Amino acid sequence: MKQPKEIFESLKEKFTEYNFEIIEDLPVEPIISVDPLNVNKIGFYLRLDADLQFDSLMVLSGVDDNNAKKIKQEDETEIDDPGTLSVYYHLYSTTLKHKVTLKASAPKDNPEIESVEKVWKTADWHEREAYDMIGIKFLNHPDLRRILMPYDWDENSFPLRKDYENPEFYQGIKVPY
Amino acid sequence: MKGLHDIQFADSNIVIAKADDLMNWARLSSLWQLGFGLACCAIEMMATSASHWDFDRFGVIPRNTPRQADVIIISGTVTLKMATRIKRLYEQMPEPKYIISMGSCANCGGPYWEHGYHVLKGVDRVIPVDVYVPGCPPRPEALLEGLLKLQEKIRNESFVKNTA
Repeated sequence: MKQPKEIFESLKEKFTEYNFEIIEDLPVEPIISVDPLNVNKIGFYLRLDADLQFDSLMVLSGVDDNNAKKIKQEDETEIDDPGTLSVYYHLYSTTLKHKVTLKASAPKDNPEIESVEKVWKTADWHEREAYDMIGIKFLNHPDLRRILMPYDWDENSFPLRKDYENPEFYQGIKVPY
Repeated sequence: MKGLHDIQFADSNIVIAKADDLMNWARLSSLWQLGFGLACCAIEMMATSASHWDFDRFGVIPRNTPRQADVIIISGTVTLKMATRIKRLYEQMPEPKYIISMGSCANCGGPYWEHGYHVLKGVDRVIPVDVYVPGCPPRPEALLEGLLKLQEKIRNESFVKNTA
């Protein structure tokens, strides 16, 4: 059984080339922020290492962080920071009975995060849902289609994004009240 | 209005009735329902079908194909994805066909009226509704009342003059 802090240390030791951060000042358990493009390798390590054995992905959820802002530069012009979309992974080891929470963030204008479907089969539909609702593109996912919304829904329209606006019509049917 | 059962017959062989009355009485007494549950309203609809409220005493039997059904009870939240399918099911039903919209969601979107990105704001946007049953969900008594209202509507239809 390991604490999140110890897992964080062992990740930093194993993957010296990636950035890890631990967010501890939370009312819930600490969250380890990981590299979005290498989360599959980190996942395999967490799953297969004898001291970690994270064999269960309890839930994978997509989040719109709603942190877009304008950054003022020195010459008084402003550039748009589109903010980030995040994926949270709640892992559990059924053998060692310990838990950890991972977070991977990607910029909203190009939200690409590596798929962990190869690591935990559970992630297949969870990633499809995160794609469907938030619009996160999971790289190397075998079947990244919409799962809840109709297949012919506007491909750039993701209803759980904070800046989402409902379309006026769907297949000729008026949508707003 | 008196039903045929209420009339004392002088002769046991011949009954004289208007064709409209007889046909309407036959039709309204055996409204076969397309078994179509969508959400929590479907639970109430199933309770209405079960022994305690006994939909069958009004001749309502659930059918598993639209081609054998006279009435479709839209019992629950209609999503945009389901709306196109409901339209197809309705088109597959033979004439004459009737629609009961059951519960707030099917009537107008219900609690999803503002932020439900996926909910059709009333099933009458895709198919013509005959009877609206309010409630969230309506009690079985309310659905029975809705059925009686539909029977009343059918009773006043005519084959001679076009009332629809």
